[in-house]
Amino acid sequence: MPDSLLRVLTCGSVDDGKSTLIGRLLFECGSIPDDVLVALERDSRRFGTVEGGTDYALLVDGLAAEREQGVTIDVAYRFFETPKRRFILADSPGHQQYTRNMVTGASNADFAVLLVDARKGLLAQTRRHAAIVSLLGIRDVVLAVNKMDLVGYGQAVFDAIVADFHALLDRLGPLSVTAIPVCARDGDNVTRPSTEMPWYKGATLLRALEEAEPRGRSLDVPFRMPVQYVNRPDHSFRGYAGTIEAGALRPGDTVVNTTSGTEAKIDRIVTMDGDRAEAERGEPVTLVLDREIDVSRGDVLAGQPLPALAGQIDAWVVWMDETPLFRGRAYQFMLGTKSVVGTIVDIATRLDVDSLTEIAVRELALNEIGRVSISLSHPVACEPYSDSRTLGGFVLVDRMTRNTVGAGMVTGIKPARSDLHWHRLDVDKSARALLNGQKSAVLWFTGLSGAGKSTIANLVEKQLLAMGRHTMTLDGDNVRHGLNRDLGFSEADRVENIRRIAEVSKLFVEAGLIVLVSFISPYRNERMLARDCVEEAEFLEIFVDTPVDECRRRDPKGLYQKADAGQIRNFTGVDAPYEAPLTPEIRLPTLEGSPEILAAKVIDALRSRGIIG
Amino acid sequence: MTMRPAHLKALEAESIHILREVAAQAVRPVLLYSIGKDSSVLLHLAQKAFYPAKLPFPLLHIDTKWKFRDMITFRDSTVRRFGVELRVHTNAEGLRQNINPFDHGSSYTQVMKTDALKQALTEGKYDFAIGGARRDEERSRAKERIFSVRGPGHTWEPKRQRPELWNLYNGNLAPGETLRVFPLSNWTELDVWTYIQAENIDVVPLYFAAERPTVMRDGQIIVVDDERMRFLPGETPETKLVRFRSLGCYPLSAAVDSPAATLEEIVTEMKNTRVSERAGRLIDQDQDASMEKKKREGYF
Repeated sequence: MPDSLLRVLTCGSVDDGKSTLIGRLLFECGSIPDDVLVALERDSRRFGTVEGGTDYALLVDGLAAEREQGVTIDVAYRFFETPKRRFILADSPGHQQYTRNMVTGASNADFAVLLVDARKGLLAQTRRHAAIVSLLGIRDVVLAVNKMDLVGYGQAVFDAIVADFHALLDRLGPLSVTAIPVCARDGDNVTRPSTEMPWYKGATLLRALEEAEPRGRSLDVPFRMPVQYVNRPDHSFRGYAGTIEAGALRPGDTVVNTTSGTEAKIDRIVTMDGDRAEAERGEPVTLVLDREIDVSRGDVLAGQPLPALAGQIDAWVVWMDETPLFRGRAYQFMLGTKSVVGTIVDIATRLDVDSLTEIAVRELALNEIGRVSISLSHPVACEPYSDSRTLGGFVLVDRMTRNTVGAGMVTGIKPARSDLHWHRLDVDKSARALLNGQKSAVLWFTGLSGAGKSTIANLVEKQLLAMGRHTMTLDGDNVRHGLNRDLGFSEADRVENIRRIAEVSKLFVEAGLIVLVSFISPYRNERMLARDCVEEAEFLEIFVDTPVDECRRRDPKGLYQKADAGQIRNFTGVDAPYEAPLTPEIRLPTLEGSPEILAAKVIDALRSRGIIG
Repeated sequence: MTMRPAHLKALEAESIHILREVAAQAVRPVLLYSIGKDSSVLLHLAQKAFYPAKLPFPLLHIDTKWKFRDMITFRDSTVRRFGVELRVHTNAEGLRQNINPFDHGSSYTQVMKTDALKQALTEGKYDFAIGGARRDEERSRAKERIFSVRGPGHTWEPKRQRPELWNLYNGNLAPGETLRVFPLSNWTELDVWTYIQAENIDVVPLYFAAERPTVMRDGQIIVVDDERMRFLPGETPETKLVRFRSLGCYPLSAAVDSPAATLEEIVTEMKNTRVSERAGRLIDQDQDASMEKKKREGYF
């Protein structure tokens, strides 16, 4: 019976023969049932690339598109075992356009097999794979030099490739490398020593995998457990469920909720198989504390010394979305079991995988890797990725599509310092607002150019003023003349433009004012960014809803005429999209009422929400 | 209880972590309970994940009305024993039209399984559906994420899967999307049996060898479960010592010739077998890449 589990990443460039190698490994370890072999023979005749023979690659290329195109698109998980060990292989694609899939496979691997074609030597892709392997924290690799049959099984070719790879290591960080010459098609040095390469005295690939050390077994580190779920079946039981990420634990031990700093002792370690006298790293448990302290999902229970509580982090980010990553964009930031809003405050460099050097950049495109600083909406307990994959690895989720668009590894932590917190006790916004006889709020007027945003906003402000309320107006056009005059109309600048307007609105909200912003703001994502700057009840999205034909007919500034004539490009509603609000707080259909009636509707809404008395 | 090998402890821990993520992130989760050995393991892991509480989600069984009688008996006794909530759904329209495996071939699977599942998920407004599928079962499953997004209409788009890193599972959904979750993704058939043995988990008696009435069709052993069985000219049931490796609808799941009547004997047989688990599932072989196609259309 195997006594351990090893998770192995396999990666290589297009046509390196990676799928063939894995197919061969599975076949020779007896993991391929006879009826699957029969199907394989049939598929080999239909799709195979091995003249007259069995194409083992077809065992692992599972999607119809992969078999038709003869390439691996997505990571596939394969299992086999030997008397010594049970293996999970994450077979990942080599092509650059599928880097995100490779990163998925690498994130959980203890060990990597990097495949190189003996005829081609190290390619840019090999360097990319080695860099990703190193960034993702894999420390042990096998460099499998494949297709040795096509270079006459020559030792000189092998030695040259191995020397080239060793030359990369200075720039890659600490990797322990075992180089093996193989011929995957025939199985040489895969599971049995090659008779063709008597000059090679080292281990076969399978033996190297059997003898590899699984990563991080030390228990001699402080206890860490991200709380996944609060288990409260009734009033008599309150347990905190999670998987122990580091260290060990016994009843009586003291743990701290890292978020609040409050302490408690472990009363019980509950499992269905009975209470435990001790639990350690990797085990799923439910902890009962000896006193009631405030603990919820996302908190980390920890022993001393505690993990840092970050307000901002520096990280390597692998970007995985077609839309590039810009400064100023905000995403859902998931780390451990915590989920907060992370705003990109800086993009410093991009890793050039050809030279393995860093280049200063302002954005990251799909499949690029860069150093990024992210500011967090709430403090997050975390550790450098080199210490903990669980408390140092995070993903970024797009808040509109809900897709995972980036993966990051924490390299630096700026603590959420208490002296930077707003002092809320003495004079705060509610005190200021109270003095003004109102609650502060942002009225965000969005709509096409010429929809009537400024007209209605002006009417609303006049009425508020007449009622003795305190207001401030920010107009998109006017702000561009001053605060934002350094910004153009590129996507990155547009995001920065809105970020500044949102931040300025926030300051006015702090001052206790009702802020009226009229701003086309065509993208939902950007309006969401503005909404996040203030508290939920303080933000009113007001959709000034005028059909584009009507705006064009009105054309108060003659802009539609210019846009239609091609003199203005990227004009919202003409050749750039406007994403209408799906659930605005207030919708003002201008074809159905005069500006005065619509302004009154806004005033009514402010009353019913208690913003004005 | 025998000692659990270290790798099973690691797999168990991973599955429990996944089940807890579902409970924490989902609004209306459900566990798809198919009565087979994988469902037995899944239910056992879910009990462990939330002990001492009861399961924070109901069980859902898609009843095609062609399950083996022993399966339904086992289902009902399991539900009583664990005190879990079971919801059963059958495609009423399919039933009315008497869609059955004898007359309707692969459209039976479409109507009574895939369509029925989609109906039940839509009607129940479930956002997360937990299933017992494993990556070693079939090659398109080997490519699937643990948190696997389904688009509107429960469709699967294999080329647009979300990256899934570490043990971070993104359960956020855009409008119209739902999620299938596979906590047993990294288990093999042998792992399942070794775990059932180590944890002494109850499974349907059909997995153990017994003398059963059978007929041979296209090289497959078909067990005669009730009077609805249709015999071909010249066929008469013959009693054989057989058991099942995989359970589905009775005329579509073939038995295997095996004397393994205990968990020990099953585990030993699994270690030495040269035949794949799904070889006895007649629906998987009707065309190339058939599982991928069915999955794209919403099959589990």
